[in-house]
Amino acid sequence: MKFSQEKLNKVNEIIARYPEGKQKSALIPLLHIAQEEFGGWLDVPVMDYVAELLHINPIEVYEVATFYTMFNMKPVGKYVLEVCQTGPCMLRGSDQIIDHIKNKLGIQAGETTPDGLFTLKPAECLGACGYAPMMQLGKFFKENLTIEKVDALIEDLKAAAKN
Amino acid sequence: MAVKLLLDKAHIEGIRYYDTWRKNGGYTAVEKALKMTPDEIVEEVKKSGLRGRGGAGFPTGMKWSFLAKPEGVPRHLVCNADESEPGTFKDRYLMEFIPHLLIEGLIISSFALGSSATYIYIRGEYAWIPDILEEAIAEAKANGWLGKNILGTGFDCEIYVQRGGGAYICGEETALIESLEGKRGNPRLKPPFPAVQGLWMRPTVVNNVETLAAVVPIINMGGEEYGKIGVGRSTGTKLISACGNINKPGVYEINFDLSVEEFIYSDEYCGGIPNGKRLKACIPGGSSVPIVPANLLFKTAKGETRYMNYESLSDGGFATGTMLGSGGFIVLDEDQCVVRHTMSLAHFYNHESCGQCSPCREGTGWMYKILKNIEYGKGKMSDIDLLWDIQRRIEGNTICPLGDAAAWPVAAAIRHFRDEFEWHVLNPEESQT
Ligand SMILES: NC(=O)C1=CN([C@@H]2O[C@H](COP(=O)(O)OP(=O)(O)OC[C@H]3O[C@@H](n4cnc5c(N)ncnc54)[C@H](O)[C@@H]3O)[C@@H](O)[C@H]2O)C=CC1
Ligand SMILES: Cc1cc2nc3c(=O)[nH]c(=O)nc-3n(C[C@H](O)[C@H](O)[C@H](O)COP(=O)(O)O)c2cc1C
Ligand code: SF4
Ligand code: FES
Repeated sequence: MKFSQEKLNKVNEIIARYPEGKQKSALIPLLHIAQEEFGGWLDVPVMDYVAELLHINPIEVYEVATFYTMFNMKPVGKYVLEVCQTGPCMLRGSDQIIDHIKNKLGIQAGETTPDGLFTLKPAECLGACGYAPMMQLGKFFKENLTIEKVDALIEDLKAAAKN
Repeated sequence: MAVKLLLDKAHIEGIRYYDTWRKNGGYTAVEKALKMTPDEIVEEVKKSGLRGRGGAGFPTGMKWSFLAKPEGVPRHLVCNADESEPGTFKDRYLMEFIPHLLIEGLIISSFALGSSATYIYIRGEYAWIPDILEEAIAEAKANGWLGKNILGTGFDCEIYVQRGGGAYICGEETALIESLEGKRGNPRLKPPFPAVQGLWMRPTVVNNVETLAAVVPIINMGGEEYGKIGVGRSTGTKLISACGNINKPGVYEINFDLSVEEFIYSDEYCGGIPNGKRLKACIPGGSSVPIVPANLLFKTAKGETRYMNYESLSDGGFATGTMLGSGGFIVLDEDQCVVRHTMSLAHFYNHESCGQCSPCREGTGWMYKILKNIEYGKGKMSDIDLLWDIQRRIEGNTICPLGDAAAWPVAAAIRHFRDEFEWHVLNPEESQT
């Protein structure tokens, strides 16, 4: 398990943004890259590798990785549906969207479907309250959701996974 | 006609890109500012009366003048783009659609403060926005506005974008600094303020995205002219992100003499409440500020019209008023349950507490549990008083204001909507669904 040369160049470019000796500042950006590269979650060897790249102790990586909600500490599905459940989204029907996904996929919050395709991860306010209900899917937001849009999205993702 | 200073160009096609921005008057503020001295810029910002748009409303010029300048120690400007307060999504709009406004503001402010390495700390979930910002930064650099010896002044400056990892607390400036250093987002005790010991213990100014964007019109028009717009100590304009039960959610630039009633009902702004429903309550400044019932929203307790500005919204203190905060404007219609909404916010604060202080860590958990019991018909009358007691014990007893931010919404909900809490206790069957 190693970053490609291209990713290593990116890593070095990120480390260079900080003053000499302050390379630890690059930790969160590196964890994002590592999670993307190595299967959507941070296994212990992955965190150890990041520690090595930054010349810091593994424990310094573990304590940071576990603090931030975007880092997954266990395997997740191919698609993580992160539906916002905070007040402003609730006012516009996020509860119904979450219930619908649970029923449709037969999973509870935090669980992954047996085929490994979908994980439902309820999220707290994602800064899209005016376009609620909404979810984060990978890098982007899906906004102004309806039951129909969620159904269509899940079908699309299933089809995409087959190809 | 409302004056627009930030979003005046937002509708122009292609304004995200350098050429269009420049053709429409972009970077004239940088040209002008870099002919001034840093102290003159700080002076203009002071004269403008600009107050921090991150929520606390602290005068920006004063904060800048507090920046320590020990010999030989680098200083930093950090742009707070963590935007995580429920109801708030205005900074996202600025960065997504008019990134060069922020970059201009950052160049001018970096020059004024002497920051040669400036960081934008953006919440990790806004994952596509760093690409937009980095493209704008590269364009600015290619055109000589960033890099070495900018415009022959001898001033060097680089702007870097760093993503967070998903933690509301990292919007608090000292937690943000810890996070930028690659650590957990545990707030530091203040003082010392970041202006004295901030990033890597160097003097640092942390400012909100909108605050730094506002520096551009201030330089363009002069601080004094900027200061003339507005009402009293609320100068300039303010971005409001409106959400909840309204017809037209979105981001609006308002003038401080706009009444709250007009903001909600005018078609130029929120466009009223859907389906002819009545207004029940509003949280006008992001989830941390007190909720106010409709009867105290349009008029103060003294019967005066309430306006969208710092002073008018807080008129009456917490007993009958609220706060402008971050400008996250949340509207609840008559069908909404205040207990349920408050429960959801309590869950949020409990989830986001960093866990350093026991009143916050334990208290937010207790508040959530009790609210959940009441909401689901398992509460007792004495729980309402217990809830009141817990919030009172959190407030003012923690390292950072997240504790207060968790306590205030609960206090205000009980203060103004006690009958709804009691209804849940008295009608357990109907509450269980
Ligand atoms: N935009 C958002 O998403 C959110 C905004 N907030 C807002 O944050 C506010 C609380 O923020 P804080 O930073 O804790 O408030 P604060 O009042 O402690 O500080 C405000 C600013 O003034 C500076 N400052 C104050 N006194 C100073 C002094 N003597 N010397 C140098 N600098 C000084 C601080 O460093 C800080 O930058 C709340 O009112 C809330 O509205 C809260 C949550 C989220
Ligand atoms: C829990 C908490 C979260 C905060 N989140 C943000 C935020 O997301 N964005 C922001 O600009 N300020 C936030 N603040 C306020 C910052 O600590 C700080 O006051 C602000 O960045 C200063 O910038 P300004 O003076 O330009 O407003 C938060 C404060 C607290 C207590
Ligand atoms: S008040 Fe809460 S969030 Fe703030 S430092 Fe204490 S425990 Fe952490
Ligand atoms: S409450 Fe859901 S995005 Fe803000």
